[in-house]
Amino acid sequence: MPTRTIAGATVDVNDEGFFTEPEQWNEDIATELAAESGIDELTPDHWKVLEFMRSEYFEKGTGPTVRVLGKTSGVTVKELYQLFPKGPAKMAAKIAGIPKPRGCI
Amino acid sequence: MTKQVVILGGGTGGTLGANRLRRELPDDVHLTVVDQDDSHVYQPGLLFVPFGLAHPEDIVRSRRRQLHSGIDYRQESIDHVDLETQTVHLADGSTLAYDLLIVATGAVLTPEETPGLDGPGWMEKVFTFYSPEGAAALEGALASFREGRLVVNVVDMPIKCPVAPLEFCFLADWYFRERKVRADIDLVYVTPLDGAFTKPVASQRLAGLLQEKDIELVTEFNTGEVDGEAGRLVGYDEREVPFDLGVVIPLHSGADYVGRSPGLGDDLNFVPVDEHTLQSKAAPNVFAIGDATNVPASKAGSVTHFEGEVLVENVKRFLAGEDLDASYDGHANCFIETGFHKALLIDFNYETEPLPGHFPASVGMPLLKESRMNHLGKLMFQWFYWHALLPGRDIPGIGADMPSAGKQTETAH
Ligand SMILES: Cc1cc2nc3c(=O)[nH]c(=O)nc-3n(C[C@H](O)[C@H](O)[C@H](O)COP(=O)(O)OP(=O)(O)OC[C@H]3O[C@@H](n4cnc5c(N)ncnc54)[C@H](O)[C@@H]3O)c2cc1C
Repeated sequence: MPTRTIAGATVDVNDEGFFTEPEQWNEDIATELAAESGIDELTPDHWKVLEFMRSEYFEKGTGPTVRVLGKTSGVTVKELYQLFPKGPAKMAAKIAGIPKPRGCI
Repeated sequence: MTKQVVILGGGTGGTLGANRLRRELPDDVHLTVVDQDDSHVYQPGLLFVPFGLAHPEDIVRSRRRQLHSGIDYRQESIDHVDLETQTVHLADGSTLAYDLLIVATGAVLTPEETPGLDGPGWMEKVFTFYSPEGAAALEGALASFREGRLVVNVVDMPIKCPVAPLEFCFLADWYFRERKVRADIDLVYVTPLDGAFTKPVASQRLAGLLQEKDIELVTEFNTGEVDGEAGRLVGYDEREVPFDLGVVIPLHSGADYVGRSPGLGDDLNFVPVDEHTLQSKAAPNVFAIGDATNVPASKAGSVTHFEGEVLVENVKRFLAGEDLDASYDGHANCFIETGFHKALLIDFNYETEPLPGHFPASVGMPLLKESRMNHLGKLMFQWFYWHALLPGRDIPGIGADMPSAGKQTETAH
C-alpha cells in the first residue's frame, strides 16, 4: 500500500490517491489536497460537503454518489459541480480523506 | 401454527423465490405474492424490440400463471410497509400481516429526475428501450432513421443490466449496416463511467469493440439536462453532446412505496441488505432479492437467479430459528450481444472481475470473446427464463457460486 506525505503527515493512500485510512485525515490535509486539485480556498459550502461525505462514509461504509449528495446534502448537483468541477463524488471524496466511493456495476 | 410469508413483487425474483419456497417449505407456511399487474415482461427481450428482432407481445406472459399451485396471488399496488407491526398496506386499504417479508419489487425508471428528459421531444426524438412502450416507439424511430447522429446515453449508475446500452450500440451498428445507411450515421456512446464498463479488463475489451465498430465513446459525462427540442445532452460540467436521435437510459430508483415505508430503504429507495445473506439491515425478518437490493452487484436477472438459492436457504433457516448462510458471492453472468449473430459472455462476482477464458470450465463457452455459441446462448436464455429460471429449477452446470476453473487470471493487457 503506498503512502504519501501531505501537510507534514504521512498517510496511506491507494494508487489513485484516495485515503485508505480516513482517521489519518485532518483539516490542514484537506486544504492542501484542495489546492492540489485547483481549489484555492475551501469555502463554508466546500466544508459542508466534505463533512457530509465523511459522516456518510462512517455511517454507511462508502461515500455517497453525486446523485445521493444532490438529494441529501442540501447542496444541489449543479452547485456541487461548481464547488468540485472535476466530478464532485470523486474529487470531494479525495479531499475529504475517504476511500474511493464504490462505483455501482 | 401457520406462518405467513409475504413476497412483494412478482417479477423475476419474486416468482422464482416463491416457486422454490413452495417446493421446500411445509404446508403450514402460507405464501402470498403481491404485484400491481398481471404482465410479466421478459426484460432482456426489450433490447431486441427496437430492431424488430422481438415483438412486445412475444416477451410478455401472465404473472399469475408463472406461480405454482399453493401460492396466493394478490393483484394490488403496495402502498407501504410498517416494519414495526409487520404489516403490508395495499393501495385499496387492505392489509397483509407477515411473519417474514421478502422484498422483490425491483427498480423503476425515473426520467423525471433529469431536467428536460421527459419534456419536449420525449418519445419523439428522445427514447428509451428500458420500458416496453419506449422500446416499441423506438422501433418506429430507428426504421425511419437514415442519417445523422444517434447518441446512446446512460445518465447514471445503477441501471438494470449495465451492459445492455453497449449491446444496443453494437446492434445499432449491425442494423444500420444491414440497411446500407451506416456510412451516413454517427454512433456515439456517452457514459458517466471512466471507460466503456466498470471493470478494467472487460472495459478494455468492450472499448476495443466500440472502436472496431466505429462507435465513438464519450466518458465521464454526467448528464445534467436533456434538451429534446434542440437535440443535445448538457453535462454538469457544461460539455454538450448534440444528437438527431437520443436513446437515454434514465436514472433508476427502488419502488416508491419503499420510500413511504419508514426505515426500509436508502436514499434511492433501494433496500440495504447484508451482501452475503440478503437479510435486511432494517429488520431480521425482512429479506430482499434482485434489483430491489443495494448489493454492489449488477442489477441483472442472472444475479437475481443466483441470489434465489441463498434467499430460499436463509428463509428456511430463519423460520427454523437457525443461523443464516452467508454464501452469496455476487455471482453475475451476462451475455453481451455484439451483432452479426455473435455475442460475448462475462462471468464475475464481488471479488473477481470479468476475465477471459471459458465458462463454466476450460471446455465451455468462450468468455470475453465474440462467438456464435454465445449468441445462441443468449437466445436460448428466453426459453430457460420461462421454463427453468422462473419455476426455480437449477440450470445444469450453472450454480450460485462463481466457477474459477476456466478463467485466465493472468491476462495480458
Ligand atoms: C433492457 C433490459 C435488458 C436486460 N437484459 C438482461 C440480460 O441480458 N441478462 C440479465 O440477467 N438481466 C437482464 N436485465 C435485467 C433483469 O431483467 C432484471 O435484473 C430482473 O428482471 C430483476 O428482477 P426483480 O425481481 O428484481 O425485478 P422485476 O422482475 O422488475 O420485478 C419487480 C416487480 O415488482 C412489482 N412492483 C413494483 N412496485 C410495486 C408496487 N408498489 N406494488 C406492487 N407491485 C410492485 C413490479 O410490477 C414488478 O413485477 C435486463 C433489463 C432490462 C430493462
